[in-house]
Amino acid sequence: MHALYRFLVLTRTVEERLETLFKQGHVVGGLYRSLGQEATAVGSAFALEPGDWLAPSIRDAGALYVRGLAPLDMLRQYTARAASPCAGKDNVNHFTLPELGLLGPVSPLGTQLCVLNGVALAFRQRGEARVCMTYQGEGASRTGASHEGFALAAALDLPIVVVLEHNRWAFGTRSDRVAAVEDWSDTALAYGLPVRSVDGNDVLEVYEAAREAVDRARAGGGPSVIVAETYRMLGHAQHDAQRYVPPGELAAWRERDPIARFERTLLDEGWISEAGLAGVREDVEAELADAVDRVLSESHPAPDEARTGVYADPSENPGIPWTRTRPVGYRDMAFAGRDGRAEGGG
Amino acid sequence: MSETSTQEGVRPARGDTARAAGAETPFREMTYLEAIREALVEEMRADDRVFLLGEDIGVYGGAFKITEGFLEEFGPDRVIDTPISEAAIVGAAIGAAHMGLRPVAEMQFIDFIAPAFDMIVNFAAKSRYRTGIGAGLVIRGPCGGGARSGPFHSQNVESYFANVAGLKMVAPATVRDAKGLLVAAIRDPDPVLYFEHKFLYRRVKETLPVGEEIVVPIGRARVHRPGDALSIVTYGAMVWKSAEAADRIAREDGAQIEVIDLRSLRPLDVETIVGSVKRTGRLLIVHEAPRFGGFAGEITAQVCEEAFEWLEAPIRRVTALDTPVPYAPSLEDAYLPQEEDIVAAARWLLAY
Repeated sequence: MHALYRFLVLTRTVEERLETLFKQGHVVGGLYRSLGQEATAVGSAFALEPGDWLAPSIRDAGALYVRGLAPLDMLRQYTARAASPCAGKDNVNHFTLPELGLLGPVSPLGTQLCVLNGVALAFRQRGEARVCMTYQGEGASRTGASHEGFALAAALDLPIVVVLEHNRWAFGTRSDRVAAVEDWSDTALAYGLPVRSVDGNDVLEVYEAAREAVDRARAGGGPSVIVAETYRMLGHAQHDAQRYVPPGELAAWRERDPIARFERTLLDEGWISEAGLAGVREDVEAELADAVDRVLSESHPAPDEARTGVYADPSENPGIPWTRTRPVGYRDMAFAGRDGRAEGGG
Repeated sequence: MSETSTQEGVRPARGDTARAAGAETPFREMTYLEAIREALVEEMRADDRVFLLGEDIGVYGGAFKITEGFLEEFGPDRVIDTPISEAAIVGAAIGAAHMGLRPVAEMQFIDFIAPAFDMIVNFAAKSRYRTGIGAGLVIRGPCGGGARSGPFHSQNVESYFANVAGLKMVAPATVRDAKGLLVAAIRDPDPVLYFEHKFLYRRVKETLPVGEEIVVPIGRARVHRPGDALSIVTYGAMVWKSAEAADRIAREDGAQIEVIDLRSLRPLDVETIVGSVKRTGRLLIVHEAPRFGGFAGEITAQVCEEAFEWLEAPIRRVTALDTPVPYAPSLEDAYLPQEEDIVAAARWLLAY
C-alpha cells in the first residue's frame, strides 16, 4: 500500500516538476501529463513481476516508475540530455530498456501492441513464463496497427494484457464523436478476448483486475483486455488549453481524483497515518529536488552524435556531408580539372 | 532475357569441397527460388533463433511454395501462419528481434509491404538510433513485373524506403546472390528488406557447391560483365536484360559494356560504381522501378559529386514509366524497360 501510494505521488510530482522545467524553457519539446490517470498506470504495472515486459502509452509514466525507472531519467528525456536513455535522440517515454522490461512506444499509435506481440512470442518460444502488458487510449485503439495487434495476439494466444484507457479524449476530439461504440469493452469481443471493465481511478481495483489478467496470461490463458474508465484532466500536451471540454466535467472528475481517493482509503482502513502520507510526499519532494538540480547540471549531446547509432556497424553510419568539410565557395576548391586528376569537389 | 539464362558454375577457390564430398557431385544446379529456400533451411537448421512468420507459409507452404515442407520440419513455433496483417507480422518480428531472435517475415507479395510501412520506417528503422536496441529482422517478398500480375502484384518498392535511415535493402539477380544475400540478411543485426524478383524465381539457374556456406556481404556490388566502353549500373531482373543488351552491342558494334550488378541498394556501393565510371567515362543506369525519385537519381547525383570530371557524356537512365504497373501484356511491356531501350540508350551514349 505504501509503495502504491508512493508511485502515485511520484508520478504526479515528477510531472509537476516537469511543468516548472517546461515553463522555464528547459523542456525541449512537448510535455505530456497523465494527471488523473495515474492509478490506471500504477495499479496495472504493479501486477507484473521482474522479467515481464511493459510497453507504455504516453499517459503511463507511473507504470515506468513501478518498473524501476529513475525519475531523473524521465527529466533527462524531456530536457534532451546526453545521459538520457535515448541519449537525446528521442523524447518522452520512447526508450527501450531491456533490463527493466520496458519497450518504448513510437508516436504513430497502436504500434507498440504489434511489437510487444513479438516479445511475447519470444517468451513462449523459449518456454519462459513471462508476461507482457501494454496500454492504449481508446483513441489509439482505432488504428489499423491496434486492430492487427489484437488480432495476432488473439490468433497466437500470446501472454499479453492490454489496458485500454478510456480517458474520453483523443487529442482534441471527444472519442464518442468519432466512434459508434458506447461500451469500450465491446472492442475486445471482436477479437474473442476476455475483458473486464474497471474504475481506472481506483488503484486497488485496477491492480486486482491486472493481477487476474497477468496470472491468466502467465498460466497460458492467453491475452485479455482491461478497460479502465478514467479521464484526461489536462490537454493533450502542455500547449493544449482544453477549451473544448464541456463546463463542469473537469470539476466532476476532480472529485474522483485517484490520489485523493486512495489517501482516503488508506486513512479509513487505517493502513497509513496522516503523518505517514506526509512522509511519503516529503521523501518524493526531496528526491525530485536532487534530480532537478542534477539534470540542470547535465549537458545536451555533442553535435557529432547526430550521425551515430543508425547501424550496428559504425562504418555504415552517414559520413559528414562534404559541404560541411570543404570550403563552400568554388574558388576555394582544389579543383584542377579532369586532366590534372587532382582532388575534385567530391 | 531467355527462359534459361544460366550462369557459369561458381567454383570454390580450392578443391576442398570436391574432396570432402567424396564420389558424389559437389555441385548442384538450382533455381533462384530453390536458393532462397536453401538459405532459409540452412539458417534455420544451424540457428534455432531463426524463425519465419507470414501469410500462408506453413500449412499451405507459401504462395510460391518456397516454404513447402518447413512446417513439418520446424514446427508451428518456427513457421508461423498469421492473419492477413502485415503490420502485425512486421511488428512481431521487431519485438522478437529485440529479444534476440532472428525473424524472417514474409510479405506474400512485396506490394503488400505498404500496410507495414509504419512499422518498418517508424519502428524497425529508427529503433537502434532512438533507443540503442537494434531490430535484426528480415522482410522478404517477391517483387517485380513481367509476370502479368497487374498493379498490386508487380511493384518494385525500394524507392519508398530509400529515404529511411536505418534500413538495409538488397535485390539479388543471381542464384548465388539470392542465397548468399539472404544468409547475410538473416545474420545482420539491422533490419534488411530482401527483394526477390519473382520473374527470376524459376528462370535463372546456377550450379552451386553443395554443403558450402555462401555468404554474400551486404553493401558490395559485383561486376556481372566486364567492359571498358560504358558502365551500366543496374540490379534485380534488369541485370539480365542489361547483359543481353551488352552482348548484342558487343556483337553488332564491337564495344564492350561493363554491367555492374548492385546487389545491395542500401548501403550503396558507390566506390564500385565510381571506379567503373572513372574507367569507362560513360554511365547508364537501368532499373525496373519508376523513374521519378528512383535509385537512378541518387546514383546520378553521387557520380556527379564523385566523378564529374571523368564523364565523357551525360548520365542516362532507362527505367519503368512513371505510372502504376499495368496488367495487359502490351501495356506492361510498354511500361517495363526492354532490351531495345537499353541498346538505344547505350548506343546514344557510346556515340556521344
